[in-house]
Amino acid sequence: MHTVNMARSLFGVSMAFHIIFATMGVGIPFMILCAELINRFKPDADFALMARRMTKGFAINLGVAIPSGTIVGTMLALLWPGFMEIVGQVIAVPFQVEMWAFFLEALFLSIYVYGADRLSPNMRLLSVAFVWLGGTASAVLITDAHAWMNTPRGFDRIDGKIMNVDPWAAVFNPSIKVTAIHVSLSAFTAGAFVVVTIAAVKLLRRNLEEQVRRYYLKGLTLGLIVGLVVSLATALNGHETAQMLHEYLPEKLAAAEGLFETTSHAPLVVGGIPDAEQQRVVGGIEIPWALSFLATNTFTGVVRGLNDFPREDWPPLFTHYLFDLMVMIGSFLLAISALSLLLRKFGPRKYPRWLLTILVFTGPLALLAIEFGWIFSCSGRQPWTIYHVMRTAEAATRTANVDLLFVMFTALYVFLLVATGLVLRYYFRKHPVIEDLNKRNVPRTESKGV
Amino acid sequence: MNEPEIGIAVVWVFLFGYAILGSIDLGAGYWSMIYGGERENRPAQTANRYLSPTWELTNTFLVLLVVATIGLFPHAAALLGSVLLLPVGLVLLLLTIRSAMMVFAYSSSAQRFIRVLRIVSGVTGVLIPGLLLSVLPVTLGGFISMENGYPQLEFARLFTRPTEYAHLGFGLSSELFLSSIFLADYAREGGDEPTSRVFRRQAMTFGPIAFAFGAMAVITMEPEAQWIVNRIQERWPYFLLSLIVFIVSYLLLSWPRPGGRNGYIRAAVIGVVLQYAIASLAYGTAHMPYIVYPLMTVYEGATNPSMFWWLLTGYAIMAAVLFPGFVLFWRLFLKDKRYVGTK
Ligand code: HDD
Ligand code: HEM
Ligand code: HEM
Repeated sequence: MHTVNMARSLFGVSMAFHIIFATMGVGIPFMILCAELINRFKPDADFALMARRMTKGFAINLGVAIPSGTIVGTMLALLWPGFMEIVGQVIAVPFQVEMWAFFLEALFLSIYVYGADRLSPNMRLLSVAFVWLGGTASAVLITDAHAWMNTPRGFDRIDGKIMNVDPWAAVFNPSIKVTAIHVSLSAFTAGAFVVVTIAAVKLLRRNLEEQVRRYYLKGLTLGLIVGLVVSLATALNGHETAQMLHEYLPEKLAAAEGLFETTSHAPLVVGGIPDAEQQRVVGGIEIPWALSFLATNTFTGVVRGLNDFPREDWPPLFTHYLFDLMVMIGSFLLAISALSLLLRKFGPRKYPRWLLTILVFTGPLALLAIEFGWIFSCSGRQPWTIYHVMRTAEAATRTANVDLLFVMFTALYVFLLVATGLVLRYYFRKHPVIEDLNKRNVPRTESKGV
Repeated sequence: MNEPEIGIAVVWVFLFGYAILGSIDLGAGYWSMIYGGERENRPAQTANRYLSPTWELTNTFLVLLVVATIGLFPHAAALLGSVLLLPVGLVLLLLTIRSAMMVFAYSSSAQRFIRVLRIVSGVTGVLIPGLLLSVLPVTLGGFISMENGYPQLEFARLFTRPTEYAHLGFGLSSELFLSSIFLADYAREGGDEPTSRVFRRQAMTFGPIAFAFGAMAVITMEPEAQWIVNRIQERWPYFLLSLIVFIVSYLLLSWPRPGGRNGYIRAAVIGVVLQYAIASLAYGTAHMPYIVYPLMTVYEGATNPSMFWWLLTGYAIMAAVLFPGFVLFWRLFLKDKRYVGTK
């Protein structure tokens, strides 16, 4: 059991680390594409510069995204050999197709970054669109494997042997559509709010040059508009995701909401501590009938509680906090971006300082929501690795030395997190916007890059 | 050929592809460290110019290799995954440090910093092929023991055996040989003859060393691995051919030519790649049908036929769809004088 828990910890921290850079790898190209598109149809040198500076940050991000992805990809086989043995027989297709996406992204990123000055404007737009497509497609494809773990289809497991394999039934499993959309939209959300955070930090500086101010205001408004749209879409789609849980993984939804007894007119409890002894969530705020509505679109809908399921199959109860935090952050992002845009349009002053101060936190919060959402989704599947097919203990390696690797990798992640932050800061300190604004007519090439 | 045999051929192609590309990539990092002193000189610039747009693509080949092995040989991947946790875990650590430090170095402008970052990424990079090749002795028998029916690697024993060090040395010297000969060609393509000369000299040193280590890896095999030594001996014509191709390539590389542009480097590069292909194919067929001797054959390790054909179709479509992208990439970074050339 000890090895299993070490394997879970090692894999969990590795994923939590990778997802930060992976999400940026999906969200930032989305913002670059937005900026390039604006510049293409309504030429504006500020947006062209924004795309270039974001690309630089993206390239640094990639230096960690790619090796950390290589780590988790390989670790799947190292830590969960029993699981990967089934993956290889049933759901290998998206993993393979993901390779196309990686190639697509890698190829066109180099072309976009190092070849831009030798490409026509349309080719440049096309390359950055491919970079975005590659990142998003890789996220969707890996999510397919994850969705299949939640709603496994396309095989039978008889006496431990895999039979009657239907790869396409596995690929198009019932939860892939909502989950893929949720993952992509939430990554775009994170990308947009990271742009908001950076712009807000800069705009809080006093005595900015006027052209620098204008540049960051454009960035802020772009981030807020995109952020509003995609976070609204994320929330609407999150609602559908919850209904998917209701239909296919009822114990996960019950744990997320701290619902013990099956009931109609189920209330939604925000916050509080789920308590198995008292069979209720202690100290939460109860919204009557809301859970029934969330899960079934009617107030009378019956939602199943945890008591319907054997105790040893319960997901951990702490998933309630993770779910609540994700939803709270989502609602907050939606509200604050709507408010900011309203104030900008109708308020006395564009973006007052108190608002900018709040906006600084949106990017980190969006990333936190991603972390909470994933840990919720993976831990909420426990004790199963493949829902109702394979338990986590069965999937795990039994090799010694996982402890040693856990310590080494955790140290590496902490170090890289700090180092990446410092490198980004250092780079953009050394190359402030004002410099770029002043040498606008200098050609795009850089002698040495990534 | 039946499905598992086609499958292992596909894995071999990816393995061989990564062996060559990875050696060039990681080796270039090493040369960038060696020649990147206080004031970065031309060989280091050439190495970096090659590395910037390509390291990511090369890394993708590594991932492709892992993913293809899992997809085509899930049962073998499960066994390898259990056994190789520690060595592959170490490779992953080194690879991460290497890539991150390399990218950080590109983004930095303080010379002192860059120097440190280049040293870290160069040193970690140079160790990776050696560690990766040390996986080979594990698959040959003698280092895996069964504990309660579960395979465990005898890590400590592995690192006390000469065969491990012969494999390590082979990986390391091959990396330096392949990368220097490639960079010699790359520099000549860019019209930088002095740099080409520097790398050509390195290649002439490391070529014979790599060949010697390769032979040593066979000689030092463990008693449990004698089966493959016998099979290698059966295949002596291939290894003889490999030796001949090596000698010819080496001569091409060192051939004096008028005007100081010594050596037919492009031809030598092709020859050397051909030689590695012949030797590794012969080694690979000697290894058949075992993936891990004596625990797992390709037939036991393979996935079901329906998945197999879907995956193969996928590779074919992938190759076709991405081909134009690769062509564009090649033209921009490996052919275009405006990029390759020194300005
Ligand atoms: C910016 C990030 C973000 C935001 C604002 C939200 N989510 Fe989310 N959510 C994710 C980021 C995320 C995620 C990290 O991307 C997850 C993890 C696994 C997945 O499929 O997406 C996720 C999972 C996830 C799941 C579980 C899916 C599963 O276990 O398979 C549900 C039910 C919801 N979300 C519902 C919501 C609702 C109702 C939201 C209302 C605002 C919401 N999410 C906002
Ligand atoms: C849903 C969560 C995930 C998202 C959104 C995501 C997304 C990404 C992105 C955008 C990249 C950068 C790709 C590039 O620029 O080439 C990346 C790299 C990578 N990811 Fe993830 N990833 C996720 C989870 C995983 C998991 C679970 C695995 C393991 C199977 C994985 C394996 C990889 C690999 C192997 C790479 C490196 C690819 C390369 O070498 O180019 N990812 N991921
Ligand atoms: C990228 C964001 C992700 C994060 C932060 C994350 C987090 C976690 C955590 C914390 C665990 C341990 C769960 C526990 O034991 O309580 C775990 C387990 C696991 N996750 Fe995820 N995960 C992510 C995405 C994925 C994806 C996309 C896949 C599918 C390929 C995946 C596959 C697994 C597997 C196989 C396990 C181990 C078996 C298990 O515990 O069920 N994860 N993950």
